[in-house]
Amino acid sequence: MNSDMWKVPDRFRPVISSLCITCKKCIKECSYDVLEFNNGAIHAKHGCVACQRCVEMCPQDAIEIQRVPETMAPHGTYTERHRRAILSQANSGGVLLSSCGTDIPYNSIFDDLLLDAAQVTNPAIDPLRETVETKTYLGSRNGSLRLSSEGSFAVKPGCGIMMDMPVMLGHVSLGAVSYNTQKALFMAARRLNILAGTGEGGLHRDFREFAPHLNSEVASGRFGVNPDFLKDVASIEIKIGQGAKPGHGGHLPGEKVSDLISETRMIPLGTDALSPYPHHDIYSIEDLEQLIATLKEAVNYEHPVGVKIAAVHNIAAIASGAVRAGADFITLDGFRGGTGSTPRIIRDHAGIPIEAAVAVVDKRLTEEGLRNRVTLCAGGSIRSSADMIKMIALGADVVGVCTAALIAMGCRLCQSCHLGKCSWGIATQKPDLVSRMDPELGATRVVRLLSAWNEELKEILGAMGIDSVESLVGNRDRLRYIGPNPRIADIMGIKHAGEGWG
Amino acid sequence: MMSMSSNMINSALAASETVIDATGKDQYGRPIDYKIVNNEIRRAVSEGVKNITLTGVMGQRYIATAVDKKINISINGTPGNNLGAFMDGPFIEVFGNAQDMTGNTMSSGEIIVHGNAWDVTGLSMRGGKIFVKGNTGTRVGIHMKEFGQMSPHIVIGGRAGDYLGEYMAGGVILVLGENIPKQISPVGLSIGSGIHGGRIFIRGKVNANQLGVGAKLETVNDDDLKLINELIKEYESWFGSSSSEGDFVKVVPFSSRPFRGHFDSTPI
Ligand code: SF4
Ligand code: SF4
Repeated sequence: MNSDMWKVPDRFRPVISSLCITCKKCIKECSYDVLEFNNGAIHAKHGCVACQRCVEMCPQDAIEIQRVPETMAPHGTYTERHRRAILSQANSGGVLLSSCGTDIPYNSIFDDLLLDAAQVTNPAIDPLRETVETKTYLGSRNGSLRLSSEGSFAVKPGCGIMMDMPVMLGHVSLGAVSYNTQKALFMAARRLNILAGTGEGGLHRDFREFAPHLNSEVASGRFGVNPDFLKDVASIEIKIGQGAKPGHGGHLPGEKVSDLISETRMIPLGTDALSPYPHHDIYSIEDLEQLIATLKEAVNYEHPVGVKIAAVHNIAAIASGAVRAGADFITLDGFRGGTGSTPRIIRDHAGIPIEAAVAVVDKRLTEEGLRNRVTLCAGGSIRSSADMIKMIALGADVVGVCTAALIAMGCRLCQSCHLGKCSWGIATQKPDLVSRMDPELGATRVVRLLSAWNEELKEILGAMGIDSVESLVGNRDRLRYIGPNPRIADIMGIKHAGEGWG
Repeated sequence: MMSMSSNMINSALAASETVIDATGKDQYGRPIDYKIVNNEIRRAVSEGVKNITLTGVMGQRYIATAVDKKINISINGTPGNNLGAFMDGPFIEVFGNAQDMTGNTMSSGEIIVHGNAWDVTGLSMRGGKIFVKGNTGTRVGIHMKEFGQMSPHIVIGGRAGDYLGEYMAGGVILVLGENIPKQISPVGLSIGSGIHGGRIFIRGKVNANQLGVGAKLETVNDDDLKLINELIKEYESWFGSSSSEGDFVKVVPFSSRPFRGHFDSTPI
């Protein structure tokens, strides 16, 4: 180490127990080159990120990852985290990068909300015996009926997409994740009859077969966007912002622009794939209207066109503008949402919680008489079916799930995606690592997870005496607040626990 | 202005033709709705028409959006924003001015504008060519990119505004500076800001302080000159001879990885 670069101590350390038979499997499995064999034993070097790959793969269960005890003198203000960041930036002079959603334990509003249940005056429904409907539409399902001059009716069907559950797999681009990972997600979406996001960067030609189950992304870089791509997919989403990095463009470093990525994004091998911070054809709501109209023209009004915006302070007004601009659906992405790479400063400090955003957007659109024109999708930190159900009650028609699906497939939330060495074959383009992700297994695990969540949704709906998820959308009267800050409950239009229906 | 409509592509494909007349007003006295005009174009394309002539165009937007057939479209009048957006194949000739975002994210084909084309012309273009006889506005050729055999080209007869070739990732922009006095630069400020691929050629005066972040000046080489001459020939085939003389300035990126070293990936 140079004398002007000081040590930033490790946070994790693999500890190898006496059960180890020195089979050296862990050395091969660790993509961060932490483990080595010498003097007849496995030893740990520097750089463990706690991805747990070695732990999972050790046939002897001989490895345990330990949190390195805080070695710095304790301080309540300058926490170890702050000091690590200071030391690191004094070494590098760079903008700190990270990935996944923010790891700062901000208070979750979901955890301060309780759901209602039916008692006496409104009978509960047993979802195992009676139908509880979870089908949901993205975009308008209602067409129009027109009476022609000769007196016959012309029916124009809506362009909405029917999904079997109110869930959309969030956008993860090929680039952010591996080929096998994207394939697994697309397979899962098809089996569940829901949509999966393509992320920015176009669609690999092998994945055309999944197009009817894909929500495509038109982001500021316009990578891979051409007429075929637009006409094939189920729906088109203009990505204005992402919860993990509102106001930030994309930056796929040249190392990750492999043959595969270069072909899909249609850019030269090894160059940085930069997405401008704004769309340079959108500086206003009126401009947004033009891109929406252009895309609708491009697909002859046959697919819904939506807009994805990060949950920021003025979200209700922006969402209202987007609906007026002609969006068939709006996707709100909360500040805790995931990403393959983002500056920490934005990930950890910009935006607002998705819970508040969904509630105020649903309220505003309802007040303005716009709510029935649009499907409201919301995502960013949906950890469980409880979060999903509360999100729907807060106002979302469709809930975006992403990190939870990746965790189902193997992600251990080590927050190292931006290093491109994911030992689980998820956030990487290195062929030997990519092959660790078995698309079939990944898809199966995601299908299992989301099917279970859908059953739990039915349980809750039944318990509330509701027979269709659509009746829960924006039904904030079935939520009660128990948290420390009644003001946020007021803003969201939610009563406090103890208040009745009247 | 109807100088070059008898171009080669036109005569080779003159099999089926249709004229769409956009003249006229709706019940509120506004020009005919773009949806009607575009619907007619879509219908003609689906019926296999190879030559479409639009007359009386008055600001209708999104003309020929995402058309993916190799057909000819002549436009008489002033098409509105996003002309030829996402298109992949058509040859469009505009006898008039074009407005903003002409050729937005186009994949292939050609757009010839016998007048001016304004802001954000050729946004995110990935292939094909745009020739503009007159001037263009700001952010022209922003984030053009090339891939394999596909390389987008924009040729501007007059001048271009600020942020020419911003975020440029590939392709070629050529500014001829026709009819611009020698002491005035034919381009604005922040040329090639964030550029990480491609080349910009400008005939006329360019000062180093007009360059954007990540852009640098380089000497024009023989290959460049060959390409420039080819493009000028093509330009002249559409618009007649080009008059100005003078040397070309070449703007290129410092690096294809401009923001390397900007970040710190240490786990915190
Ligand atoms: S980085 Fe992952 S595989 Fe390597 S030692 Fe740490 S936990 Fe094990
Ligand atoms: S995707 Fe891979 S690198 Fe990213 S957090 Fe999950 S395990 Fe870690």
